[in-house]
Amino acid sequence: MDERTLLDVLVAASALTLASAMPFLYSALGEVFSQLSGVFNLGVEGIMLMGAFVSIYFASDMGLDAGLLLGVLAGIVTGALLGLVMAFVSVTMHADQGISGIGITLLGRGLSTTLFILLADGVLLVESFQPVRIPLLSDLPILGDILFNQNVMVYGALLLVPLTAWLLRRTTWGLQIRAVGQNPAAADAMGVNVVRVRYSAVILGGAMAGLAGASMPLALTNVFQVNMTAGLGFIAVAMVYFGGWSPWRVMVGSLLFSAAYNLQIWVQVLDVKLFGETIPVNVLLMIPYVLAIIVLVFARDMQRFRPQAMNRPFRRGD
Amino acid sequence: MKKFSAPVLRTPGLLFLVAFLSTAVAVGAQDPIRVAIVAPSSIRDLSWSQSIHSSLKALQEDMGGESVLHIAYSEAMSSVSAASETLRGYAEDGFDVIIAHGTQYGTSIFDMAHEFPNTSFAWGTATDTGSDRGINNVYAYQAAAEEGGYVNGVLAALLTETNVIGAIGPIPAGDVRLYISGFTQGVKSTNPDAEVLVVYVGSFSDIAAGTTNGRTLLAAGADVLTGTSQVVVGAIEAVRSAGGYWFSTQSDQGDVWPGTVVSSQVYNWVPMLRDIIERFQKGQYGGIAYKLTLANEGLRIAFGTVDISSEMLMAAGQAVEDIIDGAVEISP
Repeated sequence: MDERTLLDVLVAASALTLASAMPFLYSALGEVFSQLSGVFNLGVEGIMLMGAFVSIYFASDMGLDAGLLLGVLAGIVTGALLGLVMAFVSVTMHADQGISGIGITLLGRGLSTTLFILLADGVLLVESFQPVRIPLLSDLPILGDILFNQNVMVYGALLLVPLTAWLLRRTTWGLQIRAVGQNPAAADAMGVNVVRVRYSAVILGGAMAGLAGASMPLALTNVFQVNMTAGLGFIAVAMVYFGGWSPWRVMVGSLLFSAAYNLQIWVQVLDVKLFGETIPVNVLLMIPYVLAIIVLVFARDMQRFRPQAMNRPFRRGD
Repeated sequence: MKKFSAPVLRTPGLLFLVAFLSTAVAVGAQDPIRVAIVAPSSIRDLSWSQSIHSSLKALQEDMGGESVLHIAYSEAMSSVSAASETLRGYAEDGFDVIIAHGTQYGTSIFDMAHEFPNTSFAWGTATDTGSDRGINNVYAYQAAAEEGGYVNGVLAALLTETNVIGAIGPIPAGDVRLYISGFTQGVKSTNPDAEVLVVYVGSFSDIAAGTTNGRTLLAAGADVLTGTSQVVVGAIEAVRSAGGYWFSTQSDQGDVWPGTVVSSQVYNWVPMLRDIIERFQKGQYGGIAYKLTLANEGLRIAFGTVDISSEMLMAAGQAVEDIIDGAVEISP
């Protein structure tokens, strides 16, 4: 350990930061679509759990042995279906969005646990996506090891950031999403089908939460465990606030949170001392969460980007 | 005495027949003993919850099956308030022995124990039976996790080539702290030059963070890892992918990761559960704090299929012997 330089540590921590930020990125970017359309989906956590279970059940040879790609697809479809349920409850039935989302989370948590026990007898392993070195770029000093030696699902999450930004800023559908989230009555008057746009955004958000869930066993852990998202879906929702509904800022938030977690692991590994004393582990483990709260407090300004009609069901004539 | 004992000795077959018939009549006439477990994680978590469930199933098989010992369980009870309701439900349903398999359930047990004086409660990891407060139907239990940790540490020290060994736990408390402390002492006793890097994930269920912690330890040069609780499954996969080795505790993880898990400290709750049931049948419902140790066979070391040298096997055997004899003292 003594010969390890600070640079080595930073490179290793940064590479793992990208990998561990991947599920945040998928789910938080999906939630951006949903919230910008006016639907606050707190069901991300449950959708991720269902996406995680279904995807590894499809991919694993202890399950259906259908391969990794079909596993990913199954996770996306599962997420989209749960997104459809969320859209039906909140958009068509005008139910309270917060409560509906919590319902979806409880459903996903319970159903994934039950299916795991019934279908898989509690053990599911898979040989996950392996790192793909990008020719030439992976030979770059420092950046090569951090950015260009990841697996396809990490690359996918990073590429989704500009794609999401482009979709929301540059396409008619993206502008419609933002319009129905800001002022659904005005959008309606302009001939935009508010219900259809909200359905599409919430279903896409659900599909991306399912993809986020799939990315955990298929591109990170190789294994499923009951309640394995452990609150990550709720942190993803917080990232959307943190990022002021901008895909780029959501990415910054996800990377900051993951970097804080990964750096505190290294503080534990290297037994870094503060004023000659070992820093208590419980204090270190709090750092990412405390950081998130502090940033949220100082990011009050971001509220100006908040979709004005979020949490409000749309009824024509209201 | 001779006159009296002679006919008895001449008729052992008759005696056995009488004994058998009386047992059979007794079993046939009695309802099965009903035991319920409330566990914080899945009973297939490959660690803590699985250890108690598989021990109870083994005891059930040994005692004669479902007609003698009826088992009910509620798993993945991470919410303490939901677990509390479930525990009460089992008590109201008339279960004889109720096992609350988590330190976090202690308050619930003590809250309801006096309402169900003919129900036997057991909880762990714990040492408090409440007897000093007049409660006499609560057992407490714990495992001397440091003992098997020490044995695993001795083996890890002999196996490492980089002299860097990693240990992962969910939080620095209780059973986790005991295991990692014993493991570290085992490593140092065998190879003082080897370094043990210890990290805590901060969660029992966030296996993705477990993976990240495992990968970090590998990046820091570790070639052998160990860890405790259900959060480590991702870390085991990380070390398997890297071609390294893993040492387990709580349950035998060798059947799931045969080429990676060298040895497992297995919690064998069977003797304790048998004792609790036998005492229940005699009308004693609590008051004992149990501790699983290598000496009382509550702990055992299971080897996987990893090919290890005879030197390592002998070292492990010696470590077990030394701990039982008291030649080695492990500070918790």
